[in-house]
Amino acid sequence: MTDVINTQRSKREALGPYGRVGKTLGELDDRLGVAKGGRTFMDKIFPDHWSFMLGEIALYSFVILLVTGVFLTLYFTPSQSYITYHGSYLPLDGQKVSQAFASTVNLSFAVRGGLLMRQMHHWACDIFVGAIVVHMARVFFTGAFRKPRELNWTIGTTLLILAILNGFLGYSLPDDLVSGTGIRIAYSIILSIPVVGSYLGFLVFGGNFPGTAIIPRFFILHCLIVPAIIVGLVGAHLFLLVRQKHTQFPGEGRTEKNVVGSPMFPVFMAKTTGFLFVVGGITALLGAFAQVNPIWQFGPYEASRISYAVQPDWYMGFLDGALRIWPSWSFHNWGHTIPFEVLIPAVILPGLIFNLAFVWPMLERKFTNDHEIHHLLDRPSNRPKRTAAGVAVLTFVIMLFVASSTDVLAKFFDVSLNTMLVAMRVLVIISPFIAYPITYKICRELQGFVGGGKRKTPNVVTRTAEGQYVATPSPVYVDDVHRGLPATPVPTFITEEPEDAGENGVRVVDR
Amino acid sequence: MSDPHEHRTPVALKGLSADDPHLQPAAPNPQLVEKVIAICFVLGALCVAGFGACYWINAQAWKLGATMGFGLFFLGVGLVAWGKYLMPQGPFVEERHTLANSVADRDAFAAAIVERGGGVVQRRKLLGGLLGGGLGIFGVVAMFPLLRSLGPLPKTTLQHTDWAKGSYVVDQSGRRVQVGDFAIGSIATVFPEGTQDSDRGQAVDQTVLIRVSNEAFTTMKGRESWAPKGYVAYSKVCTHLGCPVGLYEQELQLLVCPCHQSMFNVRNGAIPQFGPAPRPLPQLPLYIDSSGFLRSQSDFHEAVGPGFWEHQ
Repeated sequence: MTDVINTQRSKREALGPYGRVGKTLGELDDRLGVAKGGRTFMDKIFPDHWSFMLGEIALYSFVILLVTGVFLTLYFTPSQSYITYHGSYLPLDGQKVSQAFASTVNLSFAVRGGLLMRQMHHWACDIFVGAIVVHMARVFFTGAFRKPRELNWTIGTTLLILAILNGFLGYSLPDDLVSGTGIRIAYSIILSIPVVGSYLGFLVFGGNFPGTAIIPRFFILHCLIVPAIIVGLVGAHLFLLVRQKHTQFPGEGRTEKNVVGSPMFPVFMAKTTGFLFVVGGITALLGAFAQVNPIWQFGPYEASRISYAVQPDWYMGFLDGALRIWPSWSFHNWGHTIPFEVLIPAVILPGLIFNLAFVWPMLERKFTNDHEIHHLLDRPSNRPKRTAAGVAVLTFVIMLFVASSTDVLAKFFDVSLNTMLVAMRVLVIISPFIAYPITYKICRELQGFVGGGKRKTPNVVTRTAEGQYVATPSPVYVDDVHRGLPATPVPTFITEEPEDAGENGVRVVDR
Repeated sequence: MSDPHEHRTPVALKGLSADDPHLQPAAPNPQLVEKVIAICFVLGALCVAGFGACYWINAQAWKLGATMGFGLFFLGVGLVAWGKYLMPQGPFVEERHTLANSVADRDAFAAAIVERGGGVVQRRKLLGGLLGGGLGIFGVVAMFPLLRSLGPLPKTTLQHTDWAKGSYVVDQSGRRVQVGDFAIGSIATVFPEGTQDSDRGQAVDQTVLIRVSNEAFTTMKGRESWAPKGYVAYSKVCTHLGCPVGLYEQELQLLVCPCHQSMFNVRNGAIPQFGPAPRPLPQLPLYIDSSGFLRSQSDFHEAVGPGFWEHQ
């Protein structure tokens, strides 16, 4: 009996104070030297703020895209060769359809769980791009892109472009009537590029539109090449985040030289893993209850057919809106044509918007002469010019998005299409100029209003034995402490402009 | 009553005693929170098991999604709540060390590149130039298999369609159109005979045929003979972005493109009346042969569809 106990004790002693876990880690450390770095990683501090969750939504919807996407590739046939459809969706029976279309319908109806996976994939994509945009807005309005994080801002903007691109490629794969029209428009946009447009179009499509190469090519781009680049850039994005550590809002005990929040293990890990499940759950619920892209209702693509309410996914809306409202100015002379009616709204305009995003940190550095390293975030109202400029650009893009529904809006408001189109032209141009001064003014007002938007602490009224009433402020809510702190004053290197400094437009880059 | 500021002051994680308030759960009543989280986990587990059952019996997609969605959602909410309310509340502080190195380290790094590397290159300029030239040539040459092989050159294929002198006008099913087939106001998509089933025919040759009157109809000066017996034919490919001009406003005799709402007036040569399209739809000159079949006099007189650099 004692022998057994002794054996167990000696075994335990041989394992050391931390048991099997300690032993395994010891073996790992012998080979890889992970103990020190691992401890540092476990102790890494993540600042808490709800807005830091937006990037996580983007990351986790990308994880969902990868998982559901792998499922879809198992059943999808990337081929434009025609077959006669004889599947479980009877209304299409006997129709001539491409294999891409037929396999998409089949994986939706004949594969168990296929429809759910397809709808989750589509919803996750819409959420992915949306979360990137909102995350980017957070980073912009709080000044998180400033030195030393300009490179990560550039990577993030590239990721947005790639996400939009890959969304379009994936949307095109089922070869249905609506997405086929989208490909046709993309081809025409490539054609519009001066001098090399028709050559580019022929190289991308392997000949004149439609050809038979585009679906297989989009497939390999959508499933391998672009996702691989996205995975690489997401890795770089996260590496830089760990290397440079998080930004944080100013507050008690928070300085440029520290990070205040919860540790990686176990608090952040629990919260972020839980959040992954929440994002996955909401995507699954959307996939279950909100139908998206029912291609069997649109039918297969035929170049001479079209359905009337043709609209792309939401993130392509601003391009479609720009194409709708741009006037028909085409240059035609000396035997050559420059289709400005396409080139400007579909090539030059998005180029300008994204390039403005790319160079913004540099512009701001130059115009504010601020070359300091920043780890504490700005309150948006403390940077009225930046905030107003950002709101102006967003307003412009949102109005373009609205303009992509001129036909629907005209029907809804029961006005003529012409009226609607002219109205959208006016709105797109003037709304940024209205948004800028209003935002600027609101920011200036908020600056003077310390403690705005916070929960008020009540006064506790007590009655003394003598019948006297005494009001004492109740203690601050525990969760409100960091919010109850006064905003940091505007740094001295920012010159306060007089009130009339609100020149309109997107190019105002002072703060 | 303790001052909430006091134990909300950030502290370093290392070397905290186990009873430090920063290591206590954030929730004032942990037992209750634990019960709520347990309920979340039970609901989540039930839903996830339900997902398995739904899959087994091949239930409808919405049931699969609902069980999986609620399952993941409850598990996730429980885990988030566990992290937020029952784990060490902190706040903890971590030093942020400057990433930049000392001037001496920077200089040593720069010296390694400039002196060691630069010296080598400057002394061997010829070799460097030759290597650079070779790699440059390879870069250009490598473009050919990578890009040039992707497709043929456009040559003049964008300028022409398959309509030719004497092509029979056929409908979607390949039936030749005869002069008596259409009532006034009728419209159909037609193709040159033999192309109606091909991709190119569908994409490039598609033409919209409208009968606007009983008499020969002139849409524009110089096109007096193009629309015999009121049969007018225009390319169906929109001159804006190439969508099929698929809507016809019969009263106003406007062809409308559903993509970006360009409108073309059928009566005056399909000049764009509204919207972003820059050019009229090209008109196809028709004639009626001795047996009463509609045929084309020639190809379109200009390239159909959206604009491009070589568009005449």
